[in-house]
Amino acid sequence: MKLAVGPLLYLWSREAVTDFYARVAASPVDIVYLGETVCSKRRFLTLADWQMLAERLVSAGKEVILSTLTLMESESELRTMRRIVANGQYPIEANDMAALYAVTEAEEAFIAGPHINTYNQATLELLAELGARRWVMPMELSRDTLAQMQQKRPDGLQTEVFVYGRMPLAFSARCFTARNRNLPKDDCRLCCGDYADGLPLGTQEGEGFLTLNGIQTQSGLVCNLLTELSALEKLGVDVVRLSPQSQHMEQVITAFHDVIQGNAEPESAQKELSAVVGEEYCNGYWFGEPGMAVR
Amino acid sequence: MQKVELVCPAGSLPALKAAVDNGADAVYMGFRDATNARNFPGLNFDEGGAAKGIRYAHEHGVKVLLALNTFPQPENWEQWTRAVDLAATLGVDAIIMADPGLLRYAATTHPELRLHLSVQGSATSYEAINFYQRQFCIQRVVLPRVLSFSQVTRLIANTDVEVEVFGFGSLCVMVEGRCALSSYVTGESPNTCGACSPAKAVRWEEDSSGRRSRLNGVLIDSYKPGESAGYPVLCKGRFEVNGRVDYAIEEPTSLSLLDRLPDLLKAGVVAVKVEGRQRSPAYVKQVTRVLRQALDACLADPENYTPRPDWVAQLDRVAEGSTHTLGALDRAWQ
Repeated sequence: MKLAVGPLLYLWSREAVTDFYARVAASPVDIVYLGETVCSKRRFLTLADWQMLAERLVSAGKEVILSTLTLMESESELRTMRRIVANGQYPIEANDMAALYAVTEAEEAFIAGPHINTYNQATLELLAELGARRWVMPMELSRDTLAQMQQKRPDGLQTEVFVYGRMPLAFSARCFTARNRNLPKDDCRLCCGDYADGLPLGTQEGEGFLTLNGIQTQSGLVCNLLTELSALEKLGVDVVRLSPQSQHMEQVITAFHDVIQGNAEPESAQKELSAVVGEEYCNGYWFGEPGMAVR
Repeated sequence: MQKVELVCPAGSLPALKAAVDNGADAVYMGFRDATNARNFPGLNFDEGGAAKGIRYAHEHGVKVLLALNTFPQPENWEQWTRAVDLAATLGVDAIIMADPGLLRYAATTHPELRLHLSVQGSATSYEAINFYQRQFCIQRVVLPRVLSFSQVTRLIANTDVEVEVFGFGSLCVMVEGRCALSSYVTGESPNTCGACSPAKAVRWEEDSSGRRSRLNGVLIDSYKPGESAGYPVLCKGRFEVNGRVDYAIEEPTSLSLLDRLPDLLKAGVVAVKVEGRQRSPAYVKQVTRVLRQALDACLADPENYTPRPDWVAQLDRVAEGSTHTLGALDRAWQ
């Protein structure tokens, strides 16, 4: 089972991003997804910058994929997506049906990201026929659904599951971070960049609830399936995805790597990681429960 | 004269009749299960009721569209394909779908059946729409409510799939078809169960300090005594962000394009859809009647169209939150 770092969901400075991927290059991660999947106004890195980071990661032995925007509304966003699809070097992760159109026109192999609605075997077959070589399971699907989909999985199609990070749950035309700061989206001043792990949204009684990340709304709790890795492996999952966090990412990578390799017990690795990271975890979706539940 | 259809919600037979009798060109309905995105207790049609409704609509020259717009998982795949087969047998004019695997099933098993792409298909660009057309020969798309007027115009210019837009009703602030907020809190989402913020997860608390609404225990909103309280749709509550309590995501408000019908016509929209299968027959009658008059007035003389004050008042009376918005069509909303 391989370890992947998913696309960075937050807005970080160029320096922070470069530094982050230098550390990822030195880590035991196998696959790295690069690129902007949330908002086209985030332009600290150009496609050329991402490609440069890609080259460094490939030199370090990593498989690199370029991810595309999840919600596309404007012609310029479609143009950017088409340029990425045509990059000619790295496979792309499609997160919207427009990207699916582009890759099928170009007859390129691709990864069907978690925001393509792959809920059943018929869709899996269709994606495989269109050239998908990997699919990432949507956030809200359960172990039981995964098991059934794996039974009839088309040959040559790999499966990836999101196992760590705040889960991206919804997208909007509205920017919620700008809204909170009383700024219009067209003059947002990139305020989402002030929140390296998103802006917490809580209830009126002080309980954590969700996380605002510009036009994307995420879970408040961090999804963590460290203790389910052997179940994932038994189900034939090929890749597990860790979503970049601004703190303690190396410890997260190490914990998952050690458990996959059999060098650490899942329960004790989880305890150690919890002590370091200090986040509250959830794993409800995996068990067919509300996503925020903890089993 | 340009033809623009008025497409109205039918959550029940009385609502269907209200729509048909008050000027709808088409009505849309769903079966009594999770195969459609308004899977609420007491709503929707069984086979007999659907047949009756279709007969009534067709007798009055009104089309019937069948909403089959949720996403089947392996364990219930057959239930969804049987629903497609039933829709074909009943003789509906089109089915409104979203799941790619199920669209393929419908296109190959019932090639004569007209397919519409639901707002749940989350197609926000002409490339996405053309993908569905290429793969499944969809003939119409309902646009997610995330595009501005100029974006809608450009989209229509780049596809020959017919475009239908929402003209009135409750607003989803998230792009439809890819929102898992409800399943994060309750275990049920529009995609998986045809439900958002389902009633079974709702709890109300009341004491001297007022009322509080909860969804699976999570406090969605609180109201002072006498303050009017709404159904706790989870994205429409008041939450604390950066030390301030506010409608951090969206306030309860209704979409209304009454003022902008000429712009829709100019953009090339082929149908205007009213949201509200979960609303009463009285709502359906009121909204259908007003929008029929407005659409007719607009089609007859778009240059001089002005919404009548009594239309606005009638729509405001039935709007969610009693206020209205253009949603994402208005750039400032974003």
